[in-house]
Amino acid sequence: MSDARSRMVARAAREIAPGMVVNLGIGLPTKVVNYLPADFPVCLHSENGLTGIGPTLPYDQADRNLIDAGGAYVSTIPGSAFFDSAVSFALVRSGRLDLTLLGAFEIAQNGDLANWKIPGKFSPGAGGAIELAQKARRVVVMTTHCDRKGNPKLLEACTLPLTAKGRVARIYSDMAVVDVTPGGFALVELAEGVSLPELREATGAPITIPAGDIPTF
Amino acid sequence: MKLPDKSTTLEAAVAAIPHGATVLVGGFGVPGTPFALLRELVRQGPRDLVLVKNDANEAGMGVDHLIAAGQVRKLIVTHLGLNANAIAAMNEGRIEVEFCAQGILAERIRAGGAGLGAILTDIGIDTDLAQGKQVVEMEGRPMLVEPALRADVALVHATTADPFGNLAYAATARNFNPLMAMAATQVIAETEALVPLGGLAADAVETPGAFVDQVVELTELSQEYGIVRR
Repeated sequence: MSDARSRMVARAAREIAPGMVVNLGIGLPTKVVNYLPADFPVCLHSENGLTGIGPTLPYDQADRNLIDAGGAYVSTIPGSAFFDSAVSFALVRSGRLDLTLLGAFEIAQNGDLANWKIPGKFSPGAGGAIELAQKARRVVVMTTHCDRKGNPKLLEACTLPLTAKGRVARIYSDMAVVDVTPGGFALVELAEGVSLPELREATGAPITIPAGDIPTF
Repeated sequence: MKLPDKSTTLEAAVAAIPHGATVLVGGFGVPGTPFALLRELVRQGPRDLVLVKNDANEAGMGVDHLIAAGQVRKLIVTHLGLNANAIAAMNEGRIEVEFCAQGILAERIRAGGAGLGAILTDIGIDTDLAQGKQVVEMEGRPMLVEPALRADVALVHATTADPFGNLAYAATARNFNPLMAMAATQVIAETEALVPLGGLAADAVETPGAFVDQVVELTELSQEYGIVRR
């Protein structure tokens, strides 16, 4: 992982408060656990029927019946619970999930999220992403600021099919921490070494800059 | 009094699945997928199947064998992300695919198993998933009508079963299995261990045997049940 990405993941880990029930999306978001202290009091949820996700195990120690939603061979911790898929999503939809941290293709200035479908190119199905994005009490996105071709992911309006409407509260990128406010995107922190003109260039919508010194991460 | 014995063989259990059947298949990735029942379904070869499963397994595993054999007409799934063969079959029009939000698929099956007609939900109401679905107003809020899913056959994988069909599951191998085990006309359970009646304590039963029609003990677990080293 590049230095900018590592700092993004480390910064996003501070989003998780003690006592929360949290679902970490498949891919980069799962890495935030590496930045939490081993005794940090948090309940991690996996869509396939597990609360209390323990460390990922090497293949020779893995349990063939115990994976997370991304297919990694995880473990249990004292107090873990197993349940079926209906119970798993009852927990998500009923408001018991305090936070979800998801990846994104596009985020609009009104909080719309697109992260599951690129028509004609990528349509493997959304799995549980729509329920997570629509029902978690707080939805936070972790993503590179631009896509691989350098196009901004933070936009005035999404062009791709939506996962959820108006649900993203905050974005952690490799360039900045950005809040979604009623007035659109608002800068919270800048990554070290990123200038305001660079950030504006890489953002596809207006972004409000706070007065005074801007904190860095 | 004594509870009836529903234990049978793989061959006999699968023989009753006709062409065109709608089949619920347990599992989320590898855990809980009834690989032996799927293999037997390939061997016996009924065609035009509609399969309902969380995912289409991975290339060369489970459901993928049925797609490769041309036995699948339609998949109802939550995602195909791990199986490039299934995505190609969808894109080339060889199979029809209906995507369903994961927890809504679970609830549609649960409703089918509970003798209900449909569920109401706002999940996906602002997305492509709402296309073509009936919308009703409930307490002032628009809700999608998601029909209950009840199938001809359910294929489930249990860790332990008794001859009556009482079932227990392991870890994250539960997933859709307990829900599917209630939602079909013919429920076939494969089990890693078949214990005598009374061998599974009443408190440990997760699916009551009254829902289950046939129980097949697996004499060995094929490589497909093992750890996948990616």
